Amino acid sequence: MKKFFIPLGIFLVLVAFLAVGLKRNPQEIPSPLLGKPAPLFSLSTLDTGGAKFGPQDMRGKVWMLNVWATWCAACRDEHPLLVALSKANQLPIVGLNYKEVQAQDAPAGRQLTPEDKLRIARERSAVWLQRLGDPYVVSVFDLDGRVGIDYGVYGVPETYIIDKEGVIRFKQVGAVTLETLQSQILPLLQKLNAS
Amino acid sequence: MIVEVGHFALILAAFVALLQGVLPLAGTLNGHQRWQALARPTAIVQFLLIAVSYAVLTNAAVTDDFSVKYIAEHSNSLLPVQYKVASVWGGHEGSLLLWVLMLSGWTLAVALFSRTLPLAMVARVIAVLGFVSVGFLSFILITSSPFERLLPAPLDGRDLNPLLQDPGLVIHPPMLYMGYVGFSVAFAFAISALLSGRMDAAWARWSRPWTVVAWIFMTIGIALGSWWAYYELGWGGWWFWDPVENASLMPWLFGTALIHALMVTDKRGGFKAWSVLLAIGAFSLCLLGTFLVRSGVLTSVHAFASDPKRGVFILIFLVIVVGISLTLFAWRAPRATLGGKIALVSRESMLLANSVLLVVATGAVLLGTIYPLIIDALNLGKLSVGAPYFNAVFVPLMVPVVFLMVPGGIAHWRESRGKELGRQMRWPALAAVLAAAVILIFSERGTWLTAMGMALAAWVVVGLLVQIVARVQKPGRIPLSFWGMHLAHLGIAVVVVGITLVKGYEIERDVRMGLNDTVSIENYTFELVGLNEVNGPNYKAMRATVNVSKDQKPLEVLYPEKRRYFSTAMPMTEAAIDAGPLRDLYVSLGEAIEGDKPQWSVRVYYKPFVSWLWYGAILMALGGLLAVSDRRYRKSALSAAS
Amino acid sequence: MKSSCLQLKALCLAACLVWTGLTTALAKEALPMAQDPVLEKRLVLISEELRCLVCQNESLASSRAELANDLREEVRKLIAQNQSDQQIKDYLVNRYGDFVLYRPQVKPMTWVLWFGPFLLLAAAVWGMFSYIRQRQSAQTAGVALSDADRHKVQAILKSGDAP
Repeated sequence: MKKFFIPLGIFLVLVAFLAVGLKRNPQEIPSPLLGKPAPLFSLSTLDTGGAKFGPQDMRGKVWMLNVWATWCAACRDEHPLLVALSKANQLPIVGLNYKEVQAQDAPAGRQLTPEDKLRIARERSAVWLQRLGDPYVVSVFDLDGRVGIDYGVYGVPETYIIDKEGVIRFKQVGAVTLETLQSQILPLLQKLNAS
Repeated sequence: MIVEVGHFALILAAFVALLQGVLPLAGTLNGHQRWQALARPTAIVQFLLIAVSYAVLTNAAVTDDFSVKYIAEHSNSLLPVQYKVASVWGGHEGSLLLWVLMLSGWTLAVALFSRTLPLAMVARVIAVLGFVSVGFLSFILITSSPFERLLPAPLDGRDLNPLLQDPGLVIHPPMLYMGYVGFSVAFAFAISALLSGRMDAAWARWSRPWTVVAWIFMTIGIALGSWWAYYELGWGGWWFWDPVENASLMPWLFGTALIHALMVTDKRGGFKAWSVLLAIGAFSLCLLGTFLVRSGVLTSVHAFASDPKRGVFILIFLVIVVGISLTLFAWRAPRATLGGKIALVSRESMLLANSVLLVVATGAVLLGTIYPLIIDALNLGKLSVGAPYFNAVFVPLMVPVVFLMVPGGIAHWRESRGKELGRQMRWPALAAVLAAAVILIFSERGTWLTAMGMALAAWVVVGLLVQIVARVQKPGRIPLSFWGMHLAHLGIAVVVVGITLVKGYEIERDVRMGLNDTVSIENYTFELVGLNEVNGPNYKAMRATVNVSKDQKPLEVLYPEKRRYFSTAMPMTEAAIDAGPLRDLYVSLGEAIEGDKPQWSVRVYYKPFVSWLWYGAILMALGGLLAVSDRRYRKSALSAAS
Repeated sequence: MKSSCLQLKALCLAACLVWTGLTTALAKEALPMAQDPVLEKRLVLISEELRCLVCQNESLASSRAELANDLREEVRKLIAQNQSDQQIKDYLVNRYGDFVLYRPQVKPMTWVLWFGPFLLLAAAVWGMFSYIRQRQSAQTAGVALSDADRHKVQAILKSGDAP
């Protein structure tokens, strides 16, 4: 009788899903911000003159936002690629230094003020960028991670491509690889620059 | 050198398992009794070989042989010896070796305790178990060998995850695996029944004790896991609906359904196909659980380090085993004759309802567990399904199951008159209403959910008391299985009380404490009186001394700790618990707080009746034990063979 | 008489106050970790339904990860701004997607998830009742013979051997 085949049928459907699932990474979270305007911010830059920067300053250009920190090993891995990319003058890269200064950096018994944190972050980044190369047209500091939350950052490094109208078109979670660059980023750049 | 002996023994075991699978089964097809008789000896040899292999790995752990890669990854020279022994099952490869050891152990048990069974049936059962063993042994030898060498050997091992360095680790996985593997015996009996075409009451009668024993281990294993998480993780939770937890709950639910369905098949010859299907399903869920936990398709705090290659292997194994079983079922099950007539109100119909409801509940848990995977596979994005979903769906589905325990016990076989049934249930009904009323009227924080939980528990307890009173008044000896049933059902009621009351009335205080600060919950007061550094065998800790008093009188001193193990950077919370039959007092030490005077963040919990969760599980296990000890299973001449 | 009673009462009261003052000065009632316990209670309720994104399956309420601390702080800010639970959840979903919710939203994509179990229940119960109704009439309560046994019986019957 046909109904005795139902359990087998259900099982095979289940297995099909499991098989497809094996190829997926359950930890990769797609960004809901694709196709949405890049959240605005106004943050201090590496330049101690007091200038501030935000995405509105890049209107009319296709640009890359790279979220990084000196304490992040994977950021170190992807850095040479970014330096090479900046040298090739493909697009301006903005560095968003994320939560550079953490709780354990405070000397015992004292709280760090925001000015302290900015100062330490600037010092550390300057040293790091000097040693490993500076691919950024401008570096900004997200000390408390609030801008990161607006961008849906949950780990470093993360990289966004934003178009001329200020809309997020691409997000890479984890280090940018040569493969990503070739297969996804560069073709996208061509498309966005053409429009 | 010895390590390679262990590896070699495993390879031999795989060949013996293959023989164990092929020869006795062929013997049942061509009628060669000598081949069928090979079942027992091959099972014994397989067990011995795997035992040797396991002993070798354990020896490597205990003697700090870090040239063995698995030991280097999961053990450490500073580890106390009991954890070195336990580290053997602390990781993927070793835990699989434990699995096959237990599988061969259960097979050995079947070989030794089956004197009264017909040879052909023993041959089939052991052959099926042999094939399952081949699958697992191949998996180990091809993708997950614990005997791989690491040369040059490191000076010391990486250490066992500190969370696992705990007495609970020593018992929880072995208990759970005994349960998982035990269901393979019920499975083997079911396949054997399908193969022979004799899906009769005899199969059910032989299968029942094995199924119940597996269920007992599973119950203890799950309860231990819950208890361990409760006192080890530091924030008082005891069930998280994590995929790995669900992977153990689903076979347990099916196993419970199977136990109840087998009663009908055994006594009345009914539900033959359904029982066979449940047995296949229970073991399939065990295999599915193995897949979910070791393949990396789902994120879980428990998951072993995942490797897609392993996932592929397990999936193929799953497809083969379950696919063949279900095909066999579709082909052979229609031949099963139907049992006697079933009345609408009868014990049979109640037991049917029980297993149907449990299957639906299992389906809900399965759906929630793999839904993220389904959505991802369909390219619809990523979503999470967590505790809020499971609580919302599972609890309503289980209420009728628990409710049915009373009418199911009172109803007669064949037929019960509805009115008579109703009359016998008036006392439980009254108790339920009273319990609900007491909660709603007299308890300030009592919600209708709490009231319902207590009503359900009262219904069950008074229901079983009514049945006991009725039975002892009748003449004739009362079988142990009667007491077993009621004890197990009492256990469920106790668990329900525990869940209801702890969820309804627990209190948490999250405070900052300096020296001599106090915090109060109900009539208990907690005072932080000291903070010292202590040194453990492989960790350094901050230990707080907390004086606990009740009604202003000193009660107990608790020592919560924050440990930093040398091997990892992560700090571990060792909560201090004052456990009691009516409540637990739970203190968890947090981090130091920046400020002028030294202060620490401390979490204090008052958890009423939380221990009842585990008392209930113990009662359930004892109930199962009584049921299995029933005389009919110990009778040497089981005249069930028709 | 009355005045001395009153005096005694006043003295007792004064003594009590002094005693209370002394004891509380010696052993202080610990302050809650949170600045605002009411807000904190709501935070716990909301964050129990949210997922910690960098953990292996933990809720935002229980995780100690850095990002979890930041997100909890964010939720506190939103609660202080009088946002509703739904608004707070939407805020996070807009940034992190559905993944951050432990209670999946009820939308076409999750209808099977939310309604499936109950549909299954209905189907199962209906199936069960129709099966029982089907079996109301008595069936042959025999045990099927396997093929081997049937051959044996036939052989015995044919040969006329006594059992």
